Amino acid sequence: MTIAAALGLSAAAFAQTQITGAGATFPNPIYQKWFSEFRKAHGDVQINYQAIGSGGGIKQVTMGTVDFGASDAIMTDQQITEFKAARKTNILALPTVAGAAVATYNIPGVASGLNLTAEALSGIFLGKITKWNDPAIAGANKGVKLPAADIVVVHRSDGSGTTFCWTDYLAKVSPEWKSKVGSGASVNWPLGLGAKGNDGVAGQVKQTPNSIGYVELIYAENQKMPFANVKNAAGAFVKPNLASITAAAAGVAKTMPDDFRISITNAPGKDAYPISTFTWLLVPEKSADANKGKVIKAFVEWALGPGQAFAEPMTFARLPKEVLAKELKALAKVQ
Amino acid sequence: MASQAPTLQDTRATRVSGLRSFFNMDGVAQALVWVAGWAIVAITAVLVFELWMNSAETRQKFGFDFLFSTTWDPVNGDFGALPFIFGTLATSAVALIIAVPLGIGASIFLAELAPPRISDALTFCIELLAAVPSVIFGLIGIFVLVPALQVMVPWLKAGLGFLPIFSGAFYGVSILSAGVVLAVMIVPFIISISREVLMAVPRDLREAALALGATQWESTWQVVLPFAKVGVIGSVFLALARALGETMAVTMVVGNTPKIQASLLAPGYSIAAVIANEFPEAGGIQMSALIELGLVLFTLTIIINGAARLLILATETKGAK
Repeated sequence: MTIAAALGLSAAAFAQTQITGAGATFPNPIYQKWFSEFRKAHGDVQINYQAIGSGGGIKQVTMGTVDFGASDAIMTDQQITEFKAARKTNILALPTVAGAAVATYNIPGVASGLNLTAEALSGIFLGKITKWNDPAIAGANKGVKLPAADIVVVHRSDGSGTTFCWTDYLAKVSPEWKSKVGSGASVNWPLGLGAKGNDGVAGQVKQTPNSIGYVELIYAENQKMPFANVKNAAGAFVKPNLASITAAAAGVAKTMPDDFRISITNAPGKDAYPISTFTWLLVPEKSADANKGKVIKAFVEWALGPGQAFAEPMTFARLPKEVLAKELKALAKVQ
Repeated sequence: MASQAPTLQDTRATRVSGLRSFFNMDGVAQALVWVAGWAIVAITAVLVFELWMNSAETRQKFGFDFLFSTTWDPVNGDFGALPFIFGTLATSAVALIIAVPLGIGASIFLAELAPPRISDALTFCIELLAAVPSVIFGLIGIFVLVPALQVMVPWLKAGLGFLPIFSGAFYGVSILSAGVVLAVMIVPFIISISREVLMAVPRDLREAALALGATQWESTWQVVLPFAKVGVIGSVFLALARALGETMAVTMVVGNTPKIQASLLAPGYSIAAVIANEFPEAGGIQMSALIELGLVLFTLTIIINGAARLLILATETKGAK
């Protein structure tokens, strides 16, 4: 507190407070950055975050073993009912940043710039398109020499928010996928090899010629792996990057429900990358310890305000202004 | 007073000796080992109880169908264990087929043929191998073994491709790859235990066989090995138990695909691997299904341990005749 005062920061002082959170692994890097930056302004607040997975985050915040949770998947109605029954208060699911799942591939002779339509992607992952030179793929890639080789599909074997985003997209664009497979953190894959984690999928794709898999955008960029442009709802082939993910988030801003539980896959908008997703912070409306509630509220306010500036340098897409404004309004309920 | 004194001393003496026998560690040691012994039983009982209670949802919903269904659909809540049971047994079988001849051969060399200094040095290396974390074996599997298999499998298919177990496309990750990685992991157990057992065979037996005109090989094969059989079988089953429960190394090279396919070159899935993969994000009935899988693996291990006991019993009675 004295340090904060000495630095001339206009920080409200909290009593020495320790906050714990747990949940999604995908936003872990930006959350850790936020916590350390927030601590610079509020020396008396320490926030610990365990990246144990979205399912674990929802479970722990429901049981009250952590002060807040985080999830890459939208909380289901049943999960919310369970939370209310256990904690006697409502839970706010607030989008913090956005990310994307990208289709990474290893096709000998195709170094980059592959275009994939929704029909091609769902066909490949359903096992109906089995060769790279299938007209459904070749039609969108004029001038690219695609081999007549069998496609090898690689997917995540561990339950993951990336899989949720990927299958949520496929279920939206393909009725057959929706009825046969559905969406979830782990699903009953029609075909393909399962690999553990982003690194497992990336490694398998690198080692297997003619393969395709999906990983988080950040991971594909760090590993310098090629990834496909995907045709979005407006009919444009869009390269996945931070701008096109934010555009997807902006695409749903108008239809944003009051509880923020909305998927941004296949979002409208010419520039929107269609396999994008929010990641949510799960904040109880009323914390058992009033001081903790105050601290969490201050932190989220900061993360959704000045904190957004830290997102892009760390390859996370920042949220559009309209969404942030709506969230800050909802945050008023937290105590 | 004089007559009372001895009585007093007597009682004190007995009390002191009782206390002394307690404090000179006999009693303490006895209590400690008693607790240690029963703790193992208690831990096992709690484990089974927890697995049983927490898998109630799927046990009631699927009953014995859980063991025979091949569907694993977390989205629609339909679960069956058969592909995982198959994958667990198949990878372990491949591992044993490779590791048993290799392990017993190596232990015979170390116990019977190698000069003591070389034997000790090699044994040290083998015990080091047993201490390597399994994730390292998985990484070696991905970066060394899988690329090597990708070179070797076309030859295998050229020669033996007519067999269903070597048919179909090969992507590097497969039942075979997992079996080979497991073999490397379990071979140190077989070698180091079998070597100890072989070394414990009385020297007189060997000398008697040699004196009767047996060659070194005949003495080893017909006298030493039969004598040590129980211990060697024990080492194999200990290795098998490790193979059945191995998680990390298997999930990295097995392909994680819950399907039953005849080919060893096809990807598969094991019980331990699916539990590790799906547990963190599981909830509701999927959690129950994963816990029931744990129960299945536990039962599988009990059955195999029971079979080992029976096998040892059978060989012992035969030897007595």
